[in-house]
Amino acid sequence: MVDLRELIQRVSQAKDKLELQNLKSQFLGKNSQINQEFKKLGLLNENERKIRASSLNNEKQKITESINNKFKELENLEINQKLEKNQVDVTLPARERPNGKIHPVSQVIDEISSIFSEIGFSVAEGPDVESEYNNFTALNTPEDHPARDMHDTFYLDKNKKILLRTHTSPVQIRTMLSGKAPFKIIVPGRTYRCDSDQTHSPMFHQLEGLHIDKNINMGHLKGCLDYFVKEFFEVKKIRMRFRPSHFPFTEPSAEVDIGYRLENGKIIVGEGDKWLEILGCGMVHPNVLKNVKIDIKKFQGFAFGMGIDRLAMLKYGINDLRSFFETDYRWLNYFGFDPLDVPTNYRGLSR
Amino acid sequence: MIITLSWLKNHLATSATLSKIIDKLTSIGLEVEGIKENHGELSDFKVAKVIKAEKHPNADKLKLCEISLGDNKIIKVVCGAANAREGLVTIYAPPGSVIPKTKLKLKVVKIRGVESHGMLCSESELNISHESDGIIELRNKEKDVGKNYFKSKGEKSIDISVTPNRPDCLGVRGIARDLSSSGLGKLKKHPPIKINQKFKNPIKVSIKKEKDQGCGLFGSVYIKNVKNIESPDWLKKRIISLGLKPISAIVDTTNYVMYDLNRPLHAYDADKIDKEIIVRNSKTGETFEALDNKTYKLNNNMCAITDKTGVLGLGGIIGGTRSGTELSTKNILLESAYFFPSSIRKTSKNLGIDTDAKYRFERGIDPDSATLGLELGMCMILDMCGGEASTFSIVGKLKDERPIIDLELDKFFKVIGLSITIAEIKKILTSLGCSLKINGKKIKVLPPSWRPDIKEDIDLIEELIRIKGFDKISYVRPERERSKETLNFKQKLFHFSQRAVASKGYLEAVTWSFTDSRIDKHFSQGKKEIEITNPISSDQNVLRRSIFSNLIIYLKKNQDRGYLDLSLFEIGPIFFGNKPGEQQVVLGGLKSGVTNRKSWDSKTRNIDVFDVKADVIKTLIELGINEEDLYISNKAQNYFNPGRSGSVNFKSPSSHQLASFGEIHPGIVSNLDLKEGNVCGFEIFLKNIPEPPKKYRIAKRNYSVSEFQKSERDFAFIIDKNYKAGDVEKMIREVDKSLIKKVLIFDVFEGGNIPEGKKSIAVNITIQSMEKTLSEKDLNEVSQKIINIVKAKTGGTIRS
Repeated sequence: MVDLRELIQRVSQAKDKLELQNLKSQFLGKNSQINQEFKKLGLLNENERKIRASSLNNEKQKITESINNKFKELENLEINQKLEKNQVDVTLPARERPNGKIHPVSQVIDEISSIFSEIGFSVAEGPDVESEYNNFTALNTPEDHPARDMHDTFYLDKNKKILLRTHTSPVQIRTMLSGKAPFKIIVPGRTYRCDSDQTHSPMFHQLEGLHIDKNINMGHLKGCLDYFVKEFFEVKKIRMRFRPSHFPFTEPSAEVDIGYRLENGKIIVGEGDKWLEILGCGMVHPNVLKNVKIDIKKFQGFAFGMGIDRLAMLKYGINDLRSFFETDYRWLNYFGFDPLDVPTNYRGLSR
Repeated sequence: MIITLSWLKNHLATSATLSKIIDKLTSIGLEVEGIKENHGELSDFKVAKVIKAEKHPNADKLKLCEISLGDNKIIKVVCGAANAREGLVTIYAPPGSVIPKTKLKLKVVKIRGVESHGMLCSESELNISHESDGIIELRNKEKDVGKNYFKSKGEKSIDISVTPNRPDCLGVRGIARDLSSSGLGKLKKHPPIKINQKFKNPIKVSIKKEKDQGCGLFGSVYIKNVKNIESPDWLKKRIISLGLKPISAIVDTTNYVMYDLNRPLHAYDADKIDKEIIVRNSKTGETFEALDNKTYKLNNNMCAITDKTGVLGLGGIIGGTRSGTELSTKNILLESAYFFPSSIRKTSKNLGIDTDAKYRFERGIDPDSATLGLELGMCMILDMCGGEASTFSIVGKLKDERPIIDLELDKFFKVIGLSITIAEIKKILTSLGCSLKINGKKIKVLPPSWRPDIKEDIDLIEELIRIKGFDKISYVRPERERSKETLNFKQKLFHFSQRAVASKGYLEAVTWSFTDSRIDKHFSQGKKEIEITNPISSDQNVLRRSIFSNLIIYLKKNQDRGYLDLSLFEIGPIFFGNKPGEQQVVLGGLKSGVTNRKSWDSKTRNIDVFDVKADVIKTLIELGINEEDLYISNKAQNYFNPGRSGSVNFKSPSSHQLASFGEIHPGIVSNLDLKEGNVCGFEIFLKNIPEPPKKYRIAKRNYSVSEFQKSERDFAFIIDKNYKAGDVEKMIREVDKSLIKKVLIFDVFEGGNIPEGKKSIAVNITIQSMEKTLSEKDLNEVSQKIINIVKAKTGGTIRS
């Protein structure tokens, strides 16, 4: 008889694979006890043989199993011992993987586009080089209009007929001349004035808005901007005032202020007791609509314009306008946005 | 426009407080910009703290100081004083202020290449003492940082930003009228004058009838036997509160009336006038010395006030020294005239003169105010200086050009979205000076003479809502409905490419559309520069012809700061002409330095043309172009190294260029003296990216993959050294498009046992059928085909 328990005991005490191999041939090989027992089966009658064979098979299987298990165990042990010797210092620096960034102006343009997209505005564009007519005259700012003095204009010719646009408003003219009412557009873009100091840069970014349709009145203008300002600053409540002003191409015209307070030198937009001007707007002047051949008996609407750089400064706490354009690697890294951080409505405009 | 409370109360009976008045002004469109205390020329000087003082980068003896006025702004000032140092509290003069010692008006200037916004002052510069060694050191004044250094003597003045359509509010009375209209008080009536004007004005005045005559009306009064004195305190105070300098009772009177009624006056020393006054067009070459002590040379057709000798002054713009009043003046001629805005504007622009009078005339003076101005001016002068006044002489006549405007009640509702009653309309417009005729819902309105801006019904609607208040309009919530796509294809490309390139490790820069012609010429491929007529400085004098022109300047600046391994890009317009539309959107990137600088496990290597090629190709694929459609050749722009650059075209070399990439030409790198000379760049020309005819999801082929075993075979060919690897790759792919799934060149080498002028090129080819597992025979057949074709086309051999 095989002492099964003893065999299994010995297997479990095997020190290494070699010993286990020896035990395997000893217990299961040709000359093993169990093999001898199998050979003896022929001497038994059929009934006894059946019972005996099944019991032997059972024993053989148990031995095999215990050897296999022990083998796996020893193998694991060996791997672990190997790994123990092959450790790396994971606190070493990771391989370099440079991070790109999106400029705050681009990010804010995407944010604004996303906000206005929700209420049906589409994005329009126009050239940076403009005719004096589109930039001024068509916008109800004829030559000799003192409002022209407020725009320090870069010219590209001696006759002052070709210039770098001083605002995005000429795109209103281009859009209305090339299509049919209604119009519902926003126009982000570069604008230029030859003015350079602490708070002015010769190039900056504006966003123009234009909505022309039947029955669009000042209430719609107020509603539209109220929606925009809340969405942009991501606040539920914001103090806002419309203050009468003057732009040649809108009438009535207004400037919009929002409330803010200072906290540790930072501007917190919302319900403070101070006012900050953020944009200009108004009902499109009938003369402008006439200049682009729109029937003013049927159509009217509003326009607005705002400084994108300034909005970016306010929202993201950037102090110096000029730093936007200085391409300092450190600044871009600090104020730039991850390219995967695409402003969307469902995920939130900003993180 | 500056007013004071006491001055305002001369015209407005009100019990409202200052803060109430300020709020009201702003809410009716007269934006209050600030409350100032003017005390003459010294009001600009502020107590400031030096936050940082470091050596000027380009000058040993200068310092670059960052100073604070206590808010969160930092002002950069270049200073030559040895004692300028961090933490020092001193006195700061901002741009625009006038230094008492030198009388120089400060401007923002570049000092040795660095902008300085104002200056820090020594005691001598402020006329406090003769101490000129270093800037003032204020001790224990930290709490005063941001405050005026010189204590106030004037009254608090309200600084109002008056929009160009409101000339009437360039006078205190106009502002008072608006306030009274808005319900904040009652406009006082002008007191009647009782002056005995016994004699006739002895100086004859005539306005010459000629084309483009700039003067429409010339009123004057002669006052004899005056004793010009220093103004009394009350007048001096008001003049100072305006930020002006008191000069004499007569001059101060003319300034006072100008600010009181928006009615410019001019006083001549009558004894210095040669016989008579003739208002006529100037002739080219005539000169005169103006009150700003400059001599002006006139052109044809400028509106000149002249006498028998010559030009006395430019009407409505500036008077001359020859006829100026002095304290010794005995007899004066006081002028109250009307000059046409367009004439004023033309002349002042031409000569570059800006004065308070010019500012008012070009916006439009009340044409009916000549007499009122003479009355007030005369009374004040008689009061202060004594003397006797002549009767008024008024020469010329102005046509009343005011329109009668039809205003319909419903129009207001249509534009504003708010209703208004006839009674309200009547009340508001009347209080602003309009005359009304009402017939049911139709109203005829005659605007007052002082409101040249009111021409049509929309102007009246603006007046009505301005006074009624914008806050009365309720918000209409926007509809969330989109009938058109927000972005078109090109705009989407812009956004995709921007984020695609940023995701490859590039920082996005936004630089100016103009640049330095000396840099631009490196990237303009010999094309003419696109000049700006009036550039802000000589290093920003042309529109850029390439994104690289600015980007490389900033690359250099960052390198100079010690950052050598850089990746920058910009997406924006470049220009190819100076007409509207002669521009295109380009994305340009620059990369400099090495990868794995100081790495513990990877080898440091120079970034090279294949780094930027990878970025370009990957981006183009992300923009929706099939990799097989990218045709790559070595014909790139001449600002790249000709042997290490490439061009990507759509499908064939003759089609539009999608992109370029390569090493920036070493000649340019050395010319610009870059610290790290290893610079590569790429450009993607967005306008050449083709718009697919169908949406991507629709154009995509049905998904199918092979169920059968794939095989790989390696080949090595020996071909001509100049034969392009890309061409070999392409010809192999085309041997059997259904079986050859992938072609990968994995080794290229020259020398060794390879014959001179040849190279070995090793290719790994993946072969797989959609229909069956390929047998050894099938594979050999394809292989042989590949070998034959490559041999035939390249004239090369297979390596055994």
